[in-house]
Amino acid sequence: MSEQLRGIIVSHAAVAAALVEAVGQITGERDALVAVSNDGCSLESLGRRVEQAVGSGPAVVFVDLPGGSCLQASASYMRTHANVAVITGVNLAMLIDFVYHRDADPAAAARRAVDRGVKATQAFAR
Amino acid sequence: MTLALVRLDDRYVHGQVVVGWGQALAVQRILLVDDAVRAAPWEQELYRLGVPSDVELEFASVAEADCRVRVLAAAPERVIVLVGDVATLVRVCSGAAAITQVNIGGLHSAPGRRERLPYVFLTPDEAESLARLGRGGIEVTAQDVPSARRVPVAEFA
Repeated sequence: MSEQLRGIIVSHAAVAAALVEAVGQITGERDALVAVSNDGCSLESLGRRVEQAVGSGPAVVFVDLPGGSCLQASASYMRTHANVAVITGVNLAMLIDFVYHRDADPAAAARRAVDRGVKATQAFAR
Repeated sequence: MTLALVRLDDRYVHGQVVVGWGQALAVQRILLVDDAVRAAPWEQELYRLGVPSDVELEFASVAEADCRVRVLAAAPERVIVLVGDVATLVRVCSGAAAITQVNIGGLHSAPGRRERLPYVFLTPDEAESLARLGRGGIEVTAQDVPSARRVPVAEFA
């Protein structure tokens, strides 16, 4: 693939911006991810924010919750854009992996991110 | 009377509704009134993802809403009715005498609208429609989440 994937994080409040900052601190990658907040947005205006963040290139959209306005706006955008994939339940582990594996197509990158994200979720208890 | 909440919210089913109000009011069913969503199964599935498995989510067109609201108001389930714009709210209220209170939960910025509260933006016509609902005997208040202050319509419209 000639064009590297961009990652768009769509979240409530400042969760997305915090994740972008954390990935930057850990990996040094500052250009791979874009944060979008749903603050003050209707579904329509949030859809426009997602569209602007994705731009013209291929992208994976990471949504915070598996339901709600962030998913609704992102999935509606994906429906009309074949070079975009959407996943829910974003976490830091999947984003760190994603920034080093942006040569895949959006669907493959999304599947990989989900796999890494799920594997990173574990319970430790006595 | 089991209409737990009649809410105007242009995001429809989202965290404030499902987690905030849904849990506080022990809601069992959500009725989403919107012509476009009613005709789009794909969108409906997305909305269902955001609703707990013990809460029923159903969809109605504006034309269907009058009948459904009357039926649900007389049923034992605790129900949230969601509409996404002022015109639909007025229409639903006019068709269902069971509605005595409405909650303005979120109407965001758009051309012609002015900020009335951080989460309520209205055009002059929308503000007048809400004020008229209030003058007609329906208690109209703005409140995004249960812990917030209920703001009477006279303060924002």
